[in-house]
Amino acid sequence: MKKFLSGLLLFLIAIVWLVVWIALPGLVILALAVLLALWLTLTRGGRRTLSVTRVGLSTLGSRLGSTAVIVVGIAGVVGVLVALLAMGEGLAATLKQTGSEDTAIVLRGGSGGEANSVLTRDAIDVVEQAPGVAHDASGRPLASAEIAVVTNIPKKSDPASDANVSLRGVGEAAWTVWPNVRIVEGRAFQPGLRELVVGRAAERQFVGLAPGQTLKLSGQEWTIVGVFESGDAHESELWGDVKSVASAYRRGSSAQSVTVKLASPAAFDGFKAALTGDPRLKVDVDTTRAFYGKQSEGITKVIRVVGITIGVIMAIGAVFGALNTMYAAVATRAREIATLRAIGFRGLPVVVSVLLETMLLALAGGALGAAIVWLVFNGYTASTIGGNFSQVVFQFRVTPALVWTGIKWALAIGFVGGLFPALRAARLPVTTALREL
Amino acid sequence: MKYLHLVIAALSRRKARTLFTLVSIVAAFLLFGLLNAVRVAFSGGSETLAGNERLVVASRFSIMTGLPQSLQARIAAIPGVEAVGHQNWFGGVYQDPKNFVLSFAVDQNYLDSNPEIVLTPEQRKAFADTRDGALVGKALAERYGWKVGQQVPLISQIFPRKDGDMTWPFTIVGIYDVAPDAPNGTDQMFFLHWKYFDEGNQYGQHEVGWYVVQLSDPAAADRVAQAIDALSANSDHETRTQTANAFNASFAKQLGNIGLIVSAIVAAVFFTLILLTGNTMAQAVRERIPELAVLKTLGFSSRSVLALVLAEAVLMLLVGGIIGMLLATAVVPALGKASGGMIQLPALGLRDWSEGLALMILIGFLVGVLPALRGMRLRIVDALAGR
Repeated sequence: MKKFLSGLLLFLIAIVWLVVWIALPGLVILALAVLLALWLTLTRGGRRTLSVTRVGLSTLGSRLGSTAVIVVGIAGVVGVLVALLAMGEGLAATLKQTGSEDTAIVLRGGSGGEANSVLTRDAIDVVEQAPGVAHDASGRPLASAEIAVVTNIPKKSDPASDANVSLRGVGEAAWTVWPNVRIVEGRAFQPGLRELVVGRAAERQFVGLAPGQTLKLSGQEWTIVGVFESGDAHESELWGDVKSVASAYRRGSSAQSVTVKLASPAAFDGFKAALTGDPRLKVDVDTTRAFYGKQSEGITKVIRVVGITIGVIMAIGAVFGALNTMYAAVATRAREIATLRAIGFRGLPVVVSVLLETMLLALAGGALGAAIVWLVFNGYTASTIGGNFSQVVFQFRVTPALVWTGIKWALAIGFVGGLFPALRAARLPVTTALREL
Repeated sequence: MKYLHLVIAALSRRKARTLFTLVSIVAAFLLFGLLNAVRVAFSGGSETLAGNERLVVASRFSIMTGLPQSLQARIAAIPGVEAVGHQNWFGGVYQDPKNFVLSFAVDQNYLDSNPEIVLTPEQRKAFADTRDGALVGKALAERYGWKVGQQVPLISQIFPRKDGDMTWPFTIVGIYDVAPDAPNGTDQMFFLHWKYFDEGNQYGQHEVGWYVVQLSDPAAADRVAQAIDALSANSDHETRTQTANAFNASFAKQLGNIGLIVSAIVAAVFFTLILLTGNTMAQAVRERIPELAVLKTLGFSSRSVLALVLAEAVLMLLVGGIIGMLLATAVVPALGKASGGMIQLPALGLRDWSEGLALMILIGFLVGVLPALRGMRLRIVDALAGR
């Protein structure tokens, strides 16, 4: 009973430590690592630990199979976790980059997104004349009234079924309002004609979007005349002249949103106050950064929760795998450890050395998993449904921060997997251990 | 069977080790159960028998584009069409944007041609007679404590009323049951009158979202689909007609290749599991070589030693796997509740269980076979001498 209670207590302490560990900032962990290194090299106890660890590591070769279990098991956990988080990271980055602080987007009040918004011509005029809007050299306001409709175009990976692709009609000022967007092949569309430019990501992902090809949209033929790159959510879209798109989709002179270039980021408050205070309008005003940031929030949260849930369940499996392996390792080395203790080594070096060994293996596993994910998935292109009911093409991003998270998880698994076998090794009475076998 | 106690004795030889291995197996099959539910929710779940007898007619241009209501009579006239109903996405929320309600504006035909929505004749009549009437699924009514006769306002996230207000009042006239083979989530729906919706809607243009066509003969699906699409060919409202199954699948596919992601994770999990339990089994057999030799000395044939070790591995997988799948069965409905109805995962079905059991036995054999062969081939003299 006493043994059970002390085991339970230890287990609880380990859990608390894990929670603290995952929350610890990198700097503190670095400091801990440095302290450990100092202890290992400078004190007598530390040097003893080091020599015990060396003995343990030298026997790794003879139990290659069970060592591989720890390394591969943890590599699997870290790999899945990092891959899922990299997906969320990539999607969030693509959406966030789309916006900036010095452009603002105006939508119908309460619409919540472009798909549900409608602005009449009168409202658009009011927005364009509002204070705080930047003007070009000839004094025209830098504002792009836009329509985003959803079209059906099949994906290259699955030509049999349609995907929703966003077709955006933009005003003439769009090239200044969205400075990320630049034509890299062919030319821009001519206002008034049924011509389109396509994003590079859309061109790669969907069928029949190469320059020179024609596309049937809303029953009419459109010619693709160029390709643009922007590195953000717009790259998944098709762009055409707002008037041509409006007439093809029977929208008259209305638009869905107006994006304006502000004179400066500081002008936003004045711009917003002027529009929300105007009795002729009922609109929502946001900086584009806030607008696209909001879109990314929900979906990245879902991906994070899913990733961490799967990671935790896998980690539990891996912890018990590591426990098994390390108990077996300690059992086969029981005699050797007992001999060490018989000639005067204390418990602490033994405990720390077993822990160190497991955590080193875990580190190797974590690094292996993260490396594989980095090699396979970094820059891997995928697409999903974004805001506005249409496809957003994005790339997985395996960032150093994610790799670090993965390594932290690996070390935590190694710690728990090594702690209990280490204590058993230190506690086993010397005489029993020597007599065994 | 008569050697079962031997297998159990072998497993309880080192209880801690068996327990740890079991927990790993439980974790793996818990994940398998959960991920399978996710996969089914996004693809297979919509594969119903009724889904092949039903066509969905939507705009060829995009899901956001409506179709004229006048098309209904022309579709109904096509031979092979039993009934035509239509649906509009209403996009309603109750009180707070977080309380998302799967709400559709439908016509009376729609309910008649959807046998999975089980209504009493009185409820059906009440719905037909009440302009602002609404029918709600049992699970949805339970979630918000709605009663028949209650006034419920829904906020549409898309459609303002004529006066610009987004809040639409409804009177609940019926709470429906669902047929046992209904697609997942059917009991969470909210149906309102298309007429009420179209007349009150600021942008009402007599448009419907999509048509649902009930076929008299599923084999004629292709022919009827082509005939329907031919009605509007080269017009400004061209249609695309698919079976309900194909329509749902194409929608889910757009979220991303969920099936691929799930299979990749499951493969990673099981690869790790095989390695882990395989190693444990090898260890367990290595330790017991002298015991196995004794068994052979007593007259156990090589084959029964092989069977004993294999049975040990398979039993361990079965016990752990079944516990894991049971856990998944318990967790899946809890997830649905915790997410406020946004995530609708289907309960684990017969197919999940049979797939799971097959995997347990397969993995059991995989991890058991090498140690078992070793046990079978050992020579008594060598083993007893510890060579």
